[in-house]
Amino acid sequence: MRTLLPGLLAGTLALAAAAHAQPSDITVSLAWTRAVGATAPTAVGYLTLRNRGANPDRLISAETPAARAVEIHEQRREEGVMRMRPLPDGVPVPPGETVTLGPGGTHLMLVGPTRALARGERVPLTLHFERAGQVHVELSVEAAGTRQPAHAGH
Amino acid sequence: MLRWIRRVAWGSVAVLGFLVLAISAGWFVTDGPLADRPVATGPASLPIGGPFRLIDHRGRAVTEADFRGRPMTVFFGFTQCPDVCPTTLGDMTALIEALGPEADRLHWLFVSVDWERDTPETMAGYLEAYDRRIVGLSGTEAHVAAAARAFRIYYRRVPLKDGGYTMDHSASVFLLDAAGRFAGTIDHQESHAVALEKLRGLLTSQ
Ligand SMILES: [Cu+2]
Repeated sequence: MRTLLPGLLAGTLALAAAAHAQPSDITVSLAWTRAVGATAPTAVGYLTLRNRGANPDRLISAETPAARAVEIHEQRREEGVMRMRPLPDGVPVPPGETVTLGPGGTHLMLVGPTRALARGERVPLTLHFERAGQVHVELSVEAAGTRQPAHAGH
Repeated sequence: MLRWIRRVAWGSVAVLGFLVLAISAGWFVTDGPLADRPVATGPASLPIGGPFRLIDHRGRAVTEADFRGRPMTVFFGFTQCPDVCPTTLGDMTALIEALGPEADRLHWLFVSVDWERDTPETMAGYLEAYDRRIVGLSGTEAHVAAAARAFRIYYRRVPLKDGGYTMDHSASVFLLDAAGRFAGTIDHQESHAVALEKLRGLLTSQ
């Protein structure tokens, strides 16, 4: 309960902030990252984006006080070789669709984390969409290198 | 004159035929059904897991000889890799936890292919978040190239528009036995249970 309450409060605040900005067709769920040490050159951001509107939208950029910059990347595996590339046009979120940024695929790269990210804490992140504008979320910090958040599906 | 033309014609048919055969045979072996699983590059006659000279994340100069006597798991990556490399290190950490004390009977190595940015200090900071038994190795451009050759690893530096760069690299985790002989791979997509089985097999075969 002690860990649940602040989480709920933060979640409610984030939702309220998002709702206050403008009625957005974009909803963000399963926002998470993975623990890194204080001098790690990079960290990651994963999210599930859903477009409930009738118009196409696009995630174009993101920022967080916890890192120098945030880049949108895709990760591909071709013939046993891992290739990571920036997505200069961002991530399209077509109407009625759900797009998942997750391990082994499209992800946010947090360049130059300003501090260690410890399991259990939360990291604020602002997403910029072409139509929906700003959406504020919080990434929950999960175990280093884990393939899925501890409470996936909740 | 006619005979001469006919000879040239037959000659070209022979040459063309040879070319088609040679090219398709080459395809069969390199990309086609006879190709190796694409975990590694370089001449197939070269055994995976040859000699290397690198620096560990505590700043100590090491060679392959320092890791003999125990089976070894090794994979190649780089620290500016937020997705794939942490996943592999997270998998390794989970395997170490699952093996319990048995994990001490293996060496766990992470070799950086990013010779320019990955110093021992960078490696140490990056590895802080994972099991302490994972050893990070880095080195000069030439030493990293030699290590990659020893494991028949593919890697390439890819320039980016913003002036920076990223690294492409082979994904597999290599397994060597206590004598340094190649003993298989763990694929990025294999389950935890399968990987654990492979490591237990490697330990009992010693
Ligand atoms: Cu990336």
